Amino acid sequence: MAYQRITLTVNDLTETVDVPQNMTLLQMLRQKLSLTGTKNGCSAGECGACTVLMNGEPVNSCMVLAAECEGATIVTVEGLAKNGKLSKVQEAVAKAGGVQCGFCTPGMMISATALLERNPNPSDDEIRQAIVGNLCRCTGYFRIVNGIKEAAKM
Amino acid sequence: MINPHPGLPELEYVKPATLVEASQFLAEHNGTAKPFSGGTDCFVRLRDGVLKVDYLVDIKGLDGTKELSFDPKKGLTIGAAVPMNKVATNKDVIAHYPNLAMAANSVASYQLRNRATIIGNICNASPAGDTIGTCMVLDGVLNVHGTDGFRQIPLNSFFLGPGRTVLKPGDVVVSITLPVPPAGMVGVYKKLGRNTIGDLSIVGVAVLGYPNQKSPSGYTFRIALASVAPVPFEALKAEAVLSEKKITEETIAQAADIAMESVTPIDDVRGSARYRKLMVRNLTREAITEVWNQLSK
Repeated sequence: MAYQRITLTVNDLTETVDVPQNMTLLQMLRQKLSLTGTKNGCSAGECGACTVLMNGEPVNSCMVLAAECEGATIVTVEGLAKNGKLSKVQEAVAKAGGVQCGFCTPGMMISATALLERNPNPSDDEIRQAIVGNLCRCTGYFRIVNGIKEAAKM
Repeated sequence: MINPHPGLPELEYVKPATLVEASQFLAEHNGTAKPFSGGTDCFVRLRDGVLKVDYLVDIKGLDGTKELSFDPKKGLTIGAAVPMNKVATNKDVIAHYPNLAMAANSVASYQLRNRATIIGNICNASPAGDTIGTCMVLDGVLNVHGTDGFRQIPLNSFFLGPGRTVLKPGDVVVSITLPVPPAGMVGVYKKLGRNTIGDLSIVGVAVLGYPNQKSPSGYTFRIALASVAPVPFEALKAEAVLSEKKITEETIAQAADIAMESVTPIDDVRGSARYRKLMVRNLTREAITEVWNQLSK
């Protein structure tokens, strides 16, 4: 198996990692860096549980090779809270009751964070469009959408 | 227990520095190497075992693949490494090719469109490719680099069958050029999925129309259909009706009927052939009507 050494920034830390060339970014985060907040749902780019920010944009980390990430800047759910304080989105969605089993939550937080970054005042419809790729089987989305809407006001 | 989350099979990641190097490598490893950009299609097929390769060749660093530019004479050029979200939010695309932005936005989810590309959508040659029909009716031409250098392939002669194209060993599609749209063009993309957003298409209909003094009706329409034949294709006979006869509710219905007769869909998990046929008629009628309402305003 061919390996590759890559250097990238993950949650503000510079990391140098030796990765097998068929390893996905998701596998690297979970297995090499022990960042298990990012979840493996479908492995096919459908469910969004593995969503992370790559150079500021949300991507499905199961659909990115780690080897492609040389020089990239990655933010996972672990990188959203600063100094022990949850981000606005995290706080608002938790308060709105938008978390049940929690499996979709890390990816959902990343998608919502990216949405508010590009559109600080989204409509309900825009929020729903932004989380099309984040499947939640518990909440029915209603409380998640409410939480994101609240976060926009904070 | 079967592992529900298998990783990618063993393969090597290759990132060539130049187009010449890329074409050479792909030609030398014909059948065992595949170019990729976003990987959103080929990673899934690699995991499912449908696609088998020894090398994945990353084309994102190659000259011309990051280009996204509009020239008022030449038109729009979209590089093979430009993700769909970049296309759909580009101000020139929104101003001159709003139907392309519409088609790109209909693909999967936001985070997937940050990786998925128009060229990838085209090269996978899926009958369901959402952006293919719109690129077709916009007369897209692919800029391809092969072992003999550059050449151009018009999109309407690119597809041979599901997943099959005229590309030869060593070919890398660098970009697509969409000429400047005809003056007064109005275009839409209508997609029917199992849910409103995020699904693959059961039927996809791309329609554009523009005023044209040379055609008897005073207008020219272009209609491309996806998911209802081995490859996305243009419904030429339906288009002819709209250029030959005065455009009325009846001629639009007639064109939609002819479009329905021109398709050869299959039954699959997303819909039956019969349902697809009927939906081609309904969506085509809807799309033409929408375009016509704007044109005749």
